[in-house]
Amino acid sequence: MPASESDPHAPVDGLGPVRGDGPVDGLGPVRGDGPVDGLGPVCGDGPVDGHGPVYDLAVVGAGCAGLSGAVTAAELGLSVALLDASAQTGGQYYRHPAPALGAVRPEALHHDWSAFAELRRRQEASDITRLTGCHVWAVIREDGDLWAVHAVTGADGDGERPVRVRARALLLATGAYERQLPFPGWTLPGVVGAGGAQAMLKSGLVLPGRRIVVAGSGPLLLAVAASLAAAGARVPAVVEASGYLRYARHPRALAANPQKLAEAAVHGAELLRHGVRVRTRSAVTAVHGRDRVEAVTVSRLDREWRPAQGTGRHIECDALAVGFGLVPQIELAAGLGCAVRRTADGTSALVLDPLQETSVPGVWAAGETGGVGGAQLAREEGEMAGLAVAARLTGRSALVRSGRMRELRRRRARMRAFADVMAAAHAPGVGWTRWLADDTDVCRCEEVTAGRIREGVAGLGARDVRSVKLLTRAGMGWCQGRMCGAAVACLASGAEAPPPSAERRPLAVPVTLSALASLDEPRAGPEPRGR
Amino acid sequence: MRDAPDLIVVGAGVVGAACAYYAARAGLSVTVIDRGPVSAGATGAGEGNLLVSDKEPGPELKLALLSTGLWRELAELLPPAVEYEPKGGVVIASDEAGMASLRDFAARQSRAGVTAHELPAGRLHELEPHLAPDLAGGFHYPQDAQVMPALAAAHLLRAGGERVRLLLGEEVTGLITGANGEVRGVRTPSGPVRAPCVVNAAGPWGGRFARLAGVELPVLPRRGFVLVTEPLPRVVRHKVYAADYVTDVASGSAALQTSPVVEGTPAGPVLIGSSRERVGFDRSLSAEALRRLAAGATALFPVLAGVRALRAYAGFRPYLPDHLPAIGPDPRAPGLLHACGHEGAGIGLAPATGLIIARCVTGGEPPLDLRPFRPERFERPSSDPL
Ligand SMILES: Cc1cc2nc3c(=O)[nH]c(=O)nc-3n(C[C@H](O)[C@H](O)[C@H](O)COP(=O)(O)OP(=O)(O)OC[C@H]3O[C@@H](n4cnc5c(N)ncnc54)[C@H](O)[C@@H]3O)c2cc1C
Ligand SMILES: Cc1cc2nc3c(=O)[nH]c(=O)nc-3n(C[C@H](O)[C@H](O)[C@H](O)COP(=O)(O)OP(=O)(O)OC[C@H]3O[C@@H](n4cnc5c(N)ncnc54)[C@H](O)[C@@H]3O)c2cc1C
Repeated sequence: MPASESDPHAPVDGLGPVRGDGPVDGLGPVRGDGPVDGLGPVCGDGPVDGHGPVYDLAVVGAGCAGLSGAVTAAELGLSVALLDASAQTGGQYYRHPAPALGAVRPEALHHDWSAFAELRRRQEASDITRLTGCHVWAVIREDGDLWAVHAVTGADGDGERPVRVRARALLLATGAYERQLPFPGWTLPGVVGAGGAQAMLKSGLVLPGRRIVVAGSGPLLLAVAASLAAAGARVPAVVEASGYLRYARHPRALAANPQKLAEAAVHGAELLRHGVRVRTRSAVTAVHGRDRVEAVTVSRLDREWRPAQGTGRHIECDALAVGFGLVPQIELAAGLGCAVRRTADGTSALVLDPLQETSVPGVWAAGETGGVGGAQLAREEGEMAGLAVAARLTGRSALVRSGRMRELRRRRARMRAFADVMAAAHAPGVGWTRWLADDTDVCRCEEVTAGRIREGVAGLGARDVRSVKLLTRAGMGWCQGRMCGAAVACLASGAEAPPPSAERRPLAVPVTLSALASLDEPRAGPEPRGR
Repeated sequence: MRDAPDLIVVGAGVVGAACAYYAARAGLSVTVIDRGPVSAGATGAGEGNLLVSDKEPGPELKLALLSTGLWRELAELLPPAVEYEPKGGVVIASDEAGMASLRDFAARQSRAGVTAHELPAGRLHELEPHLAPDLAGGFHYPQDAQVMPALAAAHLLRAGGERVRLLLGEEVTGLITGANGEVRGVRTPSGPVRAPCVVNAAGPWGGRFARLAGVELPVLPRRGFVLVTEPLPRVVRHKVYAADYVTDVASGSAALQTSPVVEGTPAGPVLIGSSRERVGFDRSLSAEALRRLAAGATALFPVLAGVRALRAYAGFRPYLPDHLPAIGPDPRAPGLLHACGHEGAGIGLAPATGLIIARCVTGGEPPLDLRPFRPERFERPSSDPL
């Protein structure tokens, strides 16, 4: 099951605008291993200059990819700082209840838990400096070929403090967030992101409703439906906009990835057991309800995702979990000028060389940032990046010529091929914009309707995401276009597929002015030993 | 193919839009060509201050005063979406020395037609309740105003009506010239567009465009960062800046200069601009620029300390070495006119520029003395002070 769950903040049920991205735990430092002011002791490993410690490697994102890259590099002797916005390691996939919730077996909700447990064991045994609750807002190149990772802690409370971590190499493993395509009624309470529903289940063990329709497109839907059903929800329908037939056109990529088929079979069996019906080539084209979701209309789609007139079917439910695949979260890399490519399903991902390095020397990436491909691929790419960084920094070029590296590269090629098949199968058709009414809000932060965006394109000379933003305000609000960007790109480009967006958001998360104003005070130094 | 227009404007930023609007109003047919969308260049990055307060007496101030009146007229005509606000500016001095030089500056401006009222320390908070305590005083400039630049450009183009035709997504790659070197139109990848006059409104790329016509115009990009906060209720009422902004604006240095310029917008976010440095077209984030902007803004308005910046962006001002735009016909290439190089004031100066260009093309009397803006003025040896 190679898609991933995404931004848990994505469609937020009635909560309105999304704040920044990434999990916001606001817990700040955990048991003394969080970020601390850099006055005190210097890092045990790694050189120190007048501004505090300099790590060999800074890793942003402690999901499968980042964790595995950090562990690999640390075990090869590098000093490593591992930053994540969340209080926990594991990222989107290995999201687990906070210890306080007292869940007995978080692993029951995960495949592949043992791989994560192993990574975590290795991380605990290493001397990686773990910086939790660190929201990275930018990475900036400093003199002397160093990277400065700028973050704030506790971005949701008063205790916001700037943190700066400097390193000789950088690994960006910031994962992906869920793509949303709007439809009439999508802002009603009870509409949640499919990935968000999964995240709620994994970390809080709560369900968004009792009768939940799961809709959108992508392999994640089946996984989400299966786990919602397993947790006791009724799932009256899974509504998938594409067909599954397109997979069958790539028998080789399928045959080479038997594990993926096994995962799909597991979800399929789970759904059958719960009597869940999967409707392909269909979409939720309207949500009904006064104060929250009461029912949805499901319409048939043609190959281009144009809804067919008169095919609407009314399905009662009290929640809708919806998502249209994942969008690589590449702002930090884009801010550094790293090259991007267009993926088979129309998102932008980083261009990477065979050793996971971006087009900017010294900056590596792994996992979903290089294209959505699943937890296992993320883990193995993280390892490759760890090896490559160690080879570069220590001059041990044998590391990248090893048998292990060759094997990893083979497996990556295989898994990437499968991911491409999947992305192509679930690429949104250009006709989906037909299900938008002129009064449907597309940008929920600024309440910009589809009609106003169409007017901006037809009447004011907008042609892309940036000019739509400037001329209509779509994407100018809290989430800075993370939610509506995909939809706006489609509306701006009309019948053509939108070009890859090189749009930069120089602040990856919101930062208070006081934090920015105190930037020059060196605050780098975390405690010497993380956990 | 349609009939050839009377005029081609290259660039759909605010300056090109104003040229098209005034030319259409004078009865000309205009084709506006841009390689991107409307307002994709400097205009999309600009903050939309229409200022007289920051300008020394001289040719630029004359242009600004003319524009101030034209913007007021345009505001009556354009839809409210352009967010024109005659809100006035407040310039702050933190100490007595600063206040003394402000007083001197304002006195000279007043003689040139600017309205400026002195604000003793005790009155600052009547105008701006959230200003820091202990400031020495300031000046109020009621003529300063604000507009939303991207929308202003789009609506100016629209207001030109039928006579204005927009060609978007078309890059001008060359000029068509006649036997005597006179300009006859432009080339684009999808074919030539012919017209007897071509206006260079290519903003920061105006120098590159001039080279296509075989003439030198030393336009350089001057980078500016702007911080945009989360939407707030009205905390900042005027356009507020510290007195040292004026020296930064006038500086020719390539090094980073930052002085806090803080203003609210009708939509809620507060804009904090604007650093100035000459580093080519490099968008990489500068921690130092952001720090100075944030530090400057919170020094003026301590309440902003806990407010979040949602966004920071870089834009490029079209810069000419003597800080004046190039406006008018180019004697080196008959048929070519320039309307670029407005640096950090192009939004403010756009209407006057457009009016001048329309007058030049129709053979009318220019509204002010054009000599300081002559595009060929940089031809002379650089030792000659300009
Ligand atoms: C329901 C579900 C089932 C799945 N099932 C499978 C499966 O069976 N098999 C499979 O292979 N894959 C599966 N996946 C996919 C898997 O979750 C992803 O492939 C995997 O999480 C990708 O790892 P990553 O390290 O690239 O990113 P992530 O796990 O998303 O980690 C990114 C991390 O970066 C942090 N971060 C991001 N931005 C910032 C910032 N600015 N500052 C600080 N920190 C930041 C985030 O907090 C996050 O912890 C599934 C996903 C879901 C939702
Ligand atoms: C951060 C910042 C803040 C600012 N704040 C203010 C302010 O508060 N007040 C103010 O008055 N000014 C401000 N400015 C300055 C103002 O933005 C500019 O002076 C003004 O926008 C210039 O407008 P323009 O139309 O000349 O250029 P642009 O808006 O850059 O338009 C030029 C257009 O030409 C097009 N183009 C270029 N070459 C070609 C070609 N070969 N073929 C086709 N098309 C081409 C480009 O795509 C572009 O759209 C600010 C600038 C910055 C960067």
